[in-house]
Amino acid sequence: MEVPILKQGHFLIASIQSALTDADLSQLREALVLRVGKLRARGVIVDVTALDVMDSFAVRTLRDIAHMTRLRGAETVIVGIQPEVAFAMVQLGLTLKGVATALDLEEGLAFLDRFTKERFERA
Amino acid sequence: MREETLQPVSSDVDIVSARQKGRELAAKAGFSEGDQTVIAAAISEIARNILMYAKRGEVSVTLANSEDRIGVIVVARDQGPGISDVARALQDGYSTSGGLGLGLPGARRLMDEFEIHSAPGQGTTVTMKKWRRSA
Repeated sequence: MEVPILKQGHFLIASIQSALTDADLSQLREALVLRVGKLRARGVIVDVTALDVMDSFAVRTLRDIAHMTRLRGAETVIVGIQPEVAFAMVQLGLTLKGVATALDLEEGLAFLDRFTKERFERA
Repeated sequence: MREETLQPVSSDVDIVSARQKGRELAAKAGFSEGDQTVIAAAISEIARNILMYAKRGEVSVTLANSEDRIGVIVVARDQGPGISDVARALQDGYSTSGGLGLGLPGARRLMDEFEIHSAPGQGTTVTMKKWRRSA
């Protein structure tokens, strides 16, 4: 199932609606890396509220998304990791080190606002 | 109470089905949402290992009643190439597939009991159990 990607101002919002296969996750990664350029986005939010489990492949793909979009000049923030999912992730040894996270969409947008203000308005 | 689900694994969609079936059974057994997620995550890792190394296999999840406790038993079987160094495969960060190397050791941490039988050319069987915390 393809994840819809919306544009809001300078940001892209990918809102995951249901369980994703490995292929779906890879497709999301390619789509975001491309669209950051096409739509000249400065920030990306991946909303994982609907994911009831995140295994090593999902976490690796999210980390790749964050690192790849950063190389393209956009900051990514992962929002909506559920408490049980966080618990299982830590036990699995999965950390998302170096990737911004926020509680929910609202906090994610606030984070990107601050982040991009600092980066783009100082210049 | 005895119930079992069996999920053949030969594509990435089957990984999702296997962990969803496991979660449903764990819910039926009365596991907390946290434990359901833990079981689903462990199933996801071992089902992916089947796909990655053996191409096909199966994951069964069974409800288990043992004297005073209730749990789930997950068995993942394949007829793939097998693992030549099981001890090494259970180390964090060791992978021959370019993955994170957290699948087997991670699944072992998530579950209460974990056993693996494998030898080159003999396929691999992973048996994992999780017991419900008694109320």
